Amino acid sequence: MTDLTTTYMGMTLKNPVVASASPISETVEGICRLEDAGASAVVMYSLFEEQINYQSQLLDHYLSYNIESFAEALDYYPDLENYKVGPESYLEILRRAKEVTEIPIIGSLNGVSSGGWIEYAKKIEEAGADALELNTYFIPTDIGMSGTDVEQMYLDVLRDVKSSISIPVAMKLNPYFSATANMAFRLAEAGADALVMFNRFYQPDFDIENLEVVPHLVLSNSNEMRLPLRWVAILYGRVPVDFAITTGVHNHEDVLKGMMAGAKVTMMASELLHHGLDRIDEILQEMTIWMEEREYTSVVEMQGSMSQQYVAEPSVFERANYMKILQSWQSDPTGRMAHLSI
Amino acid sequence: MTREQITIDGNEAAAYVAHKTNEVIAIYPITPSSPMGEHADEWSAKSIKNIWGTTPLVAEMQSEGGAAGAVHGALQTGSLTTTFTASQGLLLMIPNMYKIAGELTSTVFHIAARSLAAQGLSIFGDHGDVMAARGTGWAMLFANSVQEVMDMALIAQASTLESRVPFLHIFDGFRTSHEINKIEKLSEDDIRAMIDDDLVRAHRLRGLSPDRPVIRGTAQNPDVYFQARESANPYYLAIPEIVQNAMDKLAGLVGRQYKLFDYVGAPDAERVIVLMGSGCETAEEAINYLTSQGEKVGMVKIRLYRPFSVDHFIQALPPTVKAIAALDRTKEPGSAGEPLYLDVVTAISESVMSQTAPFSQMPRIIGGRYGLSSKEFTPAMIKSIFDELAKEHPKNHFTTGIIDDVTHTSLAFDPTFDTEPDDTIRAVFWGLGSDGTVSANKNSIKIIGQGTPNYAQGYFVYDSKKSGARTISHLRFGPRPIQSTYLINQANFVACHQFGFLERYDVLDLAADGATFLLNSPYGPDEVWNHIPRVVQQQIIDKQLKLYVIDAYSVAREMQLGVRINTIMQTCFFAISGVLPPDEAIAKIKESIKKTYGVRGEIIVKKNFAGVDAAVAHLHPVDVPATVTSTLELPPVVPTAAPDFVQTITAEMIAGRGDLLPVSALPVDGTYPVGTTQWEKRNIAQEVPVWDPDVCIQCGKCVLVCPHAVIRGKVYHESALTDAPQAFKFTDARWKELRGQKYTLQVAVEDCTGCQLCVEACPAKNKRQVGRKAINMEAQLPIRDTEAENWDFFLTLPEVDRVSDVNFTNVKNVQLLDPLFEFSGACAGCGETPYLKLMSQLFGDRAIIANATGCSSIYGGNLPTTPWAANAAGRGPTWSNSLFEDNAEFGMGMRLTVDKQSEYAAELVYQLRAEIGEELADALLNADQSSEAGINEQRARVDRLKDKLAGNTTPAGRDLLSLADMLVKKNIWIVGGDGWAYDIGYGGLDHVLASDRNINVLVLDTEVYSNTGGQSSKSTPLAAVAKFAASGKPIAKKDLGMIAVSYGHVYVAQIAMGSSDMQTVKAFLEAESYDGPSLIIAYSHCIAHGINMAKGLEQQNLATQSGHWPLYRYDPRLKAEGKNPMQLDSKAPKIPLKTYIYNENRYRILLQSDPQRAAELLADAQAAVNARWEKYTELANK
Repeated sequence: MTDLTTTYMGMTLKNPVVASASPISETVEGICRLEDAGASAVVMYSLFEEQINYQSQLLDHYLSYNIESFAEALDYYPDLENYKVGPESYLEILRRAKEVTEIPIIGSLNGVSSGGWIEYAKKIEEAGADALELNTYFIPTDIGMSGTDVEQMYLDVLRDVKSSISIPVAMKLNPYFSATANMAFRLAEAGADALVMFNRFYQPDFDIENLEVVPHLVLSNSNEMRLPLRWVAILYGRVPVDFAITTGVHNHEDVLKGMMAGAKVTMMASELLHHGLDRIDEILQEMTIWMEEREYTSVVEMQGSMSQQYVAEPSVFERANYMKILQSWQSDPTGRMAHLSI
Repeated sequence: MTREQITIDGNEAAAYVAHKTNEVIAIYPITPSSPMGEHADEWSAKSIKNIWGTTPLVAEMQSEGGAAGAVHGALQTGSLTTTFTASQGLLLMIPNMYKIAGELTSTVFHIAARSLAAQGLSIFGDHGDVMAARGTGWAMLFANSVQEVMDMALIAQASTLESRVPFLHIFDGFRTSHEINKIEKLSEDDIRAMIDDDLVRAHRLRGLSPDRPVIRGTAQNPDVYFQARESANPYYLAIPEIVQNAMDKLAGLVGRQYKLFDYVGAPDAERVIVLMGSGCETAEEAINYLTSQGEKVGMVKIRLYRPFSVDHFIQALPPTVKAIAALDRTKEPGSAGEPLYLDVVTAISESVMSQTAPFSQMPRIIGGRYGLSSKEFTPAMIKSIFDELAKEHPKNHFTTGIIDDVTHTSLAFDPTFDTEPDDTIRAVFWGLGSDGTVSANKNSIKIIGQGTPNYAQGYFVYDSKKSGARTISHLRFGPRPIQSTYLINQANFVACHQFGFLERYDVLDLAADGATFLLNSPYGPDEVWNHIPRVVQQQIIDKQLKLYVIDAYSVAREMQLGVRINTIMQTCFFAISGVLPPDEAIAKIKESIKKTYGVRGEIIVKKNFAGVDAAVAHLHPVDVPATVTSTLELPPVVPTAAPDFVQTITAEMIAGRGDLLPVSALPVDGTYPVGTTQWEKRNIAQEVPVWDPDVCIQCGKCVLVCPHAVIRGKVYHESALTDAPQAFKFTDARWKELRGQKYTLQVAVEDCTGCQLCVEACPAKNKRQVGRKAINMEAQLPIRDTEAENWDFFLTLPEVDRVSDVNFTNVKNVQLLDPLFEFSGACAGCGETPYLKLMSQLFGDRAIIANATGCSSIYGGNLPTTPWAANAAGRGPTWSNSLFEDNAEFGMGMRLTVDKQSEYAAELVYQLRAEIGEELADALLNADQSSEAGINEQRARVDRLKDKLAGNTTPAGRDLLSLADMLVKKNIWIVGGDGWAYDIGYGGLDHVLASDRNINVLVLDTEVYSNTGGQSSKSTPLAAVAKFAASGKPIAKKDLGMIAVSYGHVYVAQIAMGSSDMQTVKAFLEAESYDGPSLIIAYSHCIAHGINMAKGLEQQNLATQSGHWPLYRYDPRLKAEGKNPMQLDSKAPKIPLKTYIYNENRYRILLQSDPQRAAELLADAQAAVNARWEKYTELANK
């Protein structure tokens, strides 16, 4: 019997396939469907403080717009009194999902202010979340902001949240730190229970017909898993936290690779959005077959088995490997690649 | 027992009692009574119960006539039923009111009394409407103040149940309906104590029921009708006692004792005035003052006007009375006197003759009119009436409050006469609608009224324009109840929230000596002085004002409050005025912010808190110099080039001095010159579009969409540029037909509202900076003078030749046509006015417009200035507004005139053929006027005809001369909103469409009653929230277009300029050319939708793309060509409905308040859209 059980931030999960934040978890019904499909845990869609603020401001603007200006029309809407503009609807979904599901539910939060991070983290904990993932989706566009500032901001947010709630806290990172390993270590020191690798930044595109910058959402593919795979493999065993891989997980091989790199869980969204929730069960079955064929008895057995510290050639994860990969992909048409400085 | 003290307006006070004491409420919105229905609907939506523990049913009807019918039906089946209305609304109820009274049915209608439309419409208050209803057999009970509204509403309800006679409960529109005052709230126990449940059950049992069948509403014949009419007399005779008993009972409960006729004044008064309504409050204040000075004066306040109890009235008069003035707030032209005057004369004559009067000698009685359309009625005017009464031969049938230099009815008065108590704090605030001044002041009144022992009063004066609207708030606070029902004229606190007002209005005219002046200024305390105009500096010095400044906009920007400076200025008011200790005031402001904004989200509360905290730190006193130093002079109100009427009359209205215009200055029949908005340079836009000729492709889209006609294009020969200002921009014209000429796109920056629709519509992007287009928004102030000069020059450039230059069938060419609808008072970014402007460009020189009451009649016809204009030849749209409900018929009447008179003119041409000349006569009679060229040729023929007829003195010749212009084609345009077309005017519209007359109907469809504040109409879409559809409208909108299509002979087009401007132009041209009824339904984005108005066109496009607003044209002419008349002009829905609707607050608030219902309604709405598209495609593919 193959044992798919894993642990993540102290929680025992029946398998390593976790549903990551996506529109599917925007309803209680969606969360139930994820559970029924076999997900071992669900990361809820993110509560964006900025969006809450935006919604509030939008509502306030239009309820105030042009009122008390003209004697015949002093306002334009009935007073509905009760608007769900705060985090209440998010928390309500979380509360109700906890009532009707058995798998752990991990809240996800993106704040913009110190007060917001703490306040909403507390509310998510109170609503029954088993853990919290801090979704630090942040683009440092301010040319006056240094890398040190950015790193400190991440650490401050984590410390603030950790000191205000008692459920485990995962930090979802972006891959653009100057010193990712050092940053991971400092986050672990600051109390992170897990590091989730990595956040995908949706890059806007240019519409050259209409000369407009347009949002462009592209679902991930398996190739994108290489980046988190590498970093989990490098950091496994060296940074005392759990790891989750959340980009480019599409099939059983991706899950297995994640485990071997040292992740405790792999998280999926694009595959489920694209091919449906049945994929979870298919992946788990294919994973089981693969493991049985190779006589793996448990997921735990393989976790970290291909991490940097356990592979035969640790340098394969490091700098020289970069050149090797590129060269294996194509010859150097410019003749200049050998001079590249990286 | 201590009762709750509340600070509310008259409408809320009436609605509170009405909602507590009724089971069914049927309403229809009309200013100023609309808020009563809205309150009732909101309370029922929140399941607030009446005194019997059940929630009243509230139904919005399609008209006041409909509401009265529904009320009648509900009453006849035994429900406690009420309604709220005013003005023409009450007139529409009159037929039912006769029935309800004739059937002795208990009900109370609550009336915010308002002027009737006569020489002009007025939304403001007087008794014209209720006086028109005094023959209906209803009791009429007047309330004079907000407290009395609550009390009299209950007395009326109790009395109607006992007497069985229906009651009108009347209070003055705006002055009482919209005045906020601190009152004692009647408790539910009070209301219960006043209402006898046995009487309620008796009312119920009189209801029709098949379980105890009766017949009511028979047709009666000469044998019995008369007797039957007299049979109810005992019921009327009993009313005075019943009402007095109810008044006494209320007094026992709450301590406020009312009499049918309350006397106020000296017990031995010799001069007495008699009146009713809010004027009594002011009169009481004046009389208290005058009697304290030893004057023997008094007043009888009439509470129960119908039935008029002569005995009670006579008993109320002091026996010493020698002269009486009966004051009517209405006018009955041609009568022997106004109604109250006649009643008083009759009552006193009868009692003197029957020797029942307490005085032996007949007092002298005069009558006078006051306060029409909320005209001010002040203690000074009241004193002038008493002064008149003291004369040996006082003027009868006088007027007060105006200067009548024609028939010399008016009494002179001393405007400086002041009776306000010294301990009343009087504050006046000048603001903009958009800056939140009124909201803040309403809030301050509640803070003071409910947080201190002080009494508080607030009254608000609004603008006649919907964009850049100015507001003036009048607030009073004091230790005693405030009875001053007139505007403040000696303010001890004046705040000006807009620095620019100092140049445009006499802001400090109302400031008392030594008053405090709070100025929102972009300039700090050390530099502000020299930026203040000379005359204002002089006022500050002369009146020894204490000046404070704050840069509230900077603070608001810092706190991310946008342009809402309300909480900042409110905090400053409290900080300076000392009404409350500063800390307590700030705590209360914050408490109130939390209450008001808490439901909108914590961030809103935080930002406003931050605004409050920052306000005091940025508030600075200014050391006022002893001498005037400014070089700034006030600009003239209107340019010196304006015509005489505008200079002498319109300008006075613009300047806020309209009250001082004498009777002789005004047109006798409501006829005004056109094109007056061009003289009112409002300069309300901070940013305006600026043209970049190098990027422009001259497509004309910006010109087409501009709601205020401030951006225009012209093509002209280079020689016309000889005298061009240096900064005047031009480039080569890109027209094949106009090659070699120059093109200019010019903006009237002083008339622009800054809406940005033009920039959004512009398709030309700058290749070097794609964020910039061929027009870009830039600050107005730095370019104001230059561009004003450019605009003046632009207007001198020649207009395009409509006949020979180009073909006006596309957007690019249409931009060259002179708009004859310009600079209206519509909202910035209005979605309606671009259609009207387009119509005026295409057909304005031959258009007669019938305009239904609503937004389009307000921005189209509200004084002081109006936007319909004439072209250089003196031709242009001629416009009129009849009513709300009859507009289609009104337009039909115009058509009938044109048809008849053109027919008669043709007959005369035929008859005078020999004298005219056969060739000309035949040409006149057989003219083809289907094109601009044809019309022009006919105009030339008519000119020749007139020349020939000039010396003709025969009746036929003179008739033909007077009718000759009717030989030239005329268009009838029937214009209105969806409230008119789908609801109140639908029956008439349907009838007119069913005719074969050549009329053109333009429905400016905003899918809601925009002008009265967002009530649901039958055009309101499924899932949208509106007043009376607070939980989202569950029914799909009426498909007006398809109803018209079902006739088969009606040209119908559904258009949306933002979706296809080409289709829009085409539809107008086809509708006009169709010789039969045409209906254009135009999607009009609106502020009531809750959208960014700059994105209005984009939203129109989404409406079409989602299938909510398919574009089509149904042209019956195509049948003759063997073609399908139904042409779908838009493609199958390609985006989900939610992508369109959730850009709009009207849909989004349901998502935020009740997501589950929003989801259900969205699904229904999407299904309805899909089904309709299927139906349309089926029709188009037949």
